[in-house]
Amino acid sequence: MSYIPKPKVTHPRAARNALGLTSRDYEGAVSTLCAGCGHDSVTAAIVQSVFELDVEPHKLGKMSGIGCSSKTPAYFVSQSHGFNSVHGRMPSVTTGAYAANPDLMYIGVSGDGDSLSIGVGQFVHAIRRNLNMCYIIENNGVYGLTKGQFSASADIGSKPKKGLPNQQEPIDPVSTAISLGASYVARSFSGDKEQLVPLIKGALKHPGFALVDVISPCVTFNDHEGSTKSYEHTRQFYHHVTGVDYIPPAKEIVAEYDKGSVMPVELHDGSRILLRKVDDRYDPTSRAAAFKYLREHFNAGEITTGLLYIDEQRKEMHELMGNVEVPFAELPLDSLRPASGELENILKRYR
Amino acid sequence: MAKVNDAVIKIATVNGTGSASANGLLRKAIFRMGVPVVGKNYFPSNIQGLPTWYEIRVTGDGYQSRANRVDIMVAMNAQTYARDMAEVTTDGILIYDSTWPRSNLLDRDDINVLGVPLSRLCNEHFDGARTRILMKNIAYVGVISALLDIDLDVIKGLLEETFAAKQHLIGANMDAIKLGYDYAIDHFSCPLPYKVEAMDATNNHIVIDGNTAAGLGCLYAGATVGAWYPITPSTSLMDAFRSFCQQYRKDPETGKRTYCIIQAEDELSAIGMVLGASWNGARAFTPTSGPGISLMSEFIGFAYYAEIPAVIFNVQRTGPSTGMPTRTQQSDMMSCAYASHGDTRHVLLFPADPGECFTMAPTAFDLAEGLQTPVMVLSDLDIGMNDWMVPAFEWDEDRTFDRGKVYTAEDLEAMEAFHRYLDVDGDGVPYRTLPGQHPKGSYFTRGSGHTKLGAYTEDADAYQDVIDRLLVKWETARKKVPEPEIIHSKFNTAAILTVGSGDAACKEAMDRLSEQNVGLNYLRVRAFPFSDSVREFIDQHEVIYVVEQNRDAQLRSLLMLDLDADPKKLKSLLHYNGIPINAGFVVDGVLDEIAKGRAA
Repeated sequence: MSYIPKPKVTHPRAARNALGLTSRDYEGAVSTLCAGCGHDSVTAAIVQSVFELDVEPHKLGKMSGIGCSSKTPAYFVSQSHGFNSVHGRMPSVTTGAYAANPDLMYIGVSGDGDSLSIGVGQFVHAIRRNLNMCYIIENNGVYGLTKGQFSASADIGSKPKKGLPNQQEPIDPVSTAISLGASYVARSFSGDKEQLVPLIKGALKHPGFALVDVISPCVTFNDHEGSTKSYEHTRQFYHHVTGVDYIPPAKEIVAEYDKGSVMPVELHDGSRILLRKVDDRYDPTSRAAAFKYLREHFNAGEITTGLLYIDEQRKEMHELMGNVEVPFAELPLDSLRPASGELENILKRYR
Repeated sequence: MAKVNDAVIKIATVNGTGSASANGLLRKAIFRMGVPVVGKNYFPSNIQGLPTWYEIRVTGDGYQSRANRVDIMVAMNAQTYARDMAEVTTDGILIYDSTWPRSNLLDRDDINVLGVPLSRLCNEHFDGARTRILMKNIAYVGVISALLDIDLDVIKGLLEETFAAKQHLIGANMDAIKLGYDYAIDHFSCPLPYKVEAMDATNNHIVIDGNTAAGLGCLYAGATVGAWYPITPSTSLMDAFRSFCQQYRKDPETGKRTYCIIQAEDELSAIGMVLGASWNGARAFTPTSGPGISLMSEFIGFAYYAEIPAVIFNVQRTGPSTGMPTRTQQSDMMSCAYASHGDTRHVLLFPADPGECFTMAPTAFDLAEGLQTPVMVLSDLDIGMNDWMVPAFEWDEDRTFDRGKVYTAEDLEAMEAFHRYLDVDGDGVPYRTLPGQHPKGSYFTRGSGHTKLGAYTEDADAYQDVIDRLLVKWETARKKVPEPEIIHSKFNTAAILTVGSGDAACKEAMDRLSEQNVGLNYLRVRAFPFSDSVREFIDQHEVIYVVEQNRDAQLRSLLMLDLDADPKKLKSLLHYNGIPINAGFVVDGVLDEIAKGRAA
């Protein structure tokens, strides 16, 4: 992972958030990804999201595995703690980190290789535990750093730059996550920041596992004609079913919405996600209906995007386990052992 | 020859028949009479229906290792009857269920065979197939009690404690005891030449297995996150930790847990969780066995290079591959010492018994946090799952912990800049910060090349600077780890050097050799890297018998690698068939070498 520090210059009239920070304060090192890489747009969307959510930089944990996608935590919020782990193992590290400190907000950035091949087991089990994190997959259908092999999300018939088209079934992270019971599942496109930012904000605020699968084209190895993960293909077959607005706590809903097609979803901290149904037939609260719809549209060659499934009732990992609210590191060790003299009682059964 | 408080009783049963509680009752009754005992399990990797053995060594002398003999065999399993009979030492005793006829071809005239119609007695007295099977096991405890003169009041007391909540079972169990006891009194001349006589040698001792002890040690160490994947023979460690936590780790006000146990999807994930939790400042650990270490290796190397504390208990079993999961070995020393690709080396601790499993648990956390590196505690199945008599554990309320070099928010506020991998104190151990404390404390944890300031690098010198500094840390570790146990007399030029569960057998062997005027000094390593005192000890001797339980002399190799010890001095005595090492093996090995001209 290459690293270039970014000079810090802020426009004096730049907008400031509730913490008095500008969006520049949420930037990281200069990206060393290829010019035009979709991942850089996702990075920009993350920066905008955490800036607008007034996240304290040092209260954000940036987690990743290995791959182009996993480099990106170095490119946003340099005052956050980053954990660039080993290939496919970001979910387990985040699980342990969250178990020890539920106070931090966790954002994991992964790729289709990292999450759907080498790390598919950890991806699946993080969902099963309803780990409270925003899990972004920067999905481009190829391995970039090793120069263009297909990943497990490559569609049947998608053409590589060299060689034969892919013939194996793709693993779709969205329908996989819905089938596993993920409580917040979204798909977006790196080229649609307007849709992506509110989806990421909702994912960060959602208490539980929130997946945002972002089609993020690889300009170097998978942006040619015949690829189903290219900018052009994605733009052409992009099918928007739900628009999302994130409404912070205590903010009035001011915009005018057509009542019949708007669904407010209340989050734990009093904030809301307003779902605007672009396609009235889509029901993001029914796993069965969502599944059917996604499959039908996938069969028609469309890429369904938006907030595709949400369940605000499901308990997240910490709540399920019944652990104390404070970070474990703040519990003095002396408070964690039985009272003085209790050892004698414990040992009675071994006498 | 009458033998008082010196007998080996082996009980052959079928697993899944409830024999464990009967065997535990017998072992505990002898212990309660003040007589030292050891209990060893030989069990199959199976749930129900296969042969299993429990061996009780009544050892007035207090030796804790396995004796390589069987004085009294209780042959309850027809499937293994022939081999069980063959195992009995000359003049020993075999007890069998005489309800059914047995082939005369199996007889041995150099042992005493005692038939007790256990099934018939229990079938006449109890109803229900399951009860009859369970009570048959209790009944042989009654037979042995009569034969060895074990105090029935002690047994009754134990049953009353065990079944305090199920009173009706006390009478039934006591009836079964009496069935066996009375039959033996009526038909045999009790007690036997082997007998148990009350002593006063178990005061302030307990009988406990190493996994329970380690779980208790983690409770006392303040461990808060335990992530694991079930694997024999380590599973009971987390079971123990969980049960202690359920009792002692509830917030008094909210009732919420001050611990988090996560059953991971595999060992790769278990160690990942440990690293995530440790990164956030929790004391986190994972118990596993050899195959788990293989899977965890990538992350162990990551933790070494990114300098994240982690505590791993490796309850070693017989390898390679799946090997024999329910048999013991010390064959992971090499793979743990250098786990992972690249230049890595790891701190290892070697407990010898459950007592050290308890004390080394907090030591492991102190070292892991103090050194910011993974620390592996290498126990084994013999220690972890067998019943050892050890002095009752003590906890010093004034014991302090080493949480390592962690800058607080106040420290950071006062600092100009924080650099994660800077060797501020010259001991090779940098300072770390905990996420969420202060914006100035943020840094990027990575397994890729980094500079001493924590930034990504592909620069040759900046990379090497950090890798070399880790060697400085290694030397700091050498000074911090537990010192070896040494028994030294200036008159001896030869010595035994061993590790972990080899301790008991070696000490017993030294006593026996000493009776034959073979004087040996003794060193038991308790940690890797080896302290300077290990090097000095090797230098002081002409011959070192390195006793370990693996085929490839891994401890000997580590001595050569870490201390550059002279291989010509190091004579291996290797025991690696999966059964715990015994003193006789060590005695024979040393005497063989002396016969070949080696110095004693």
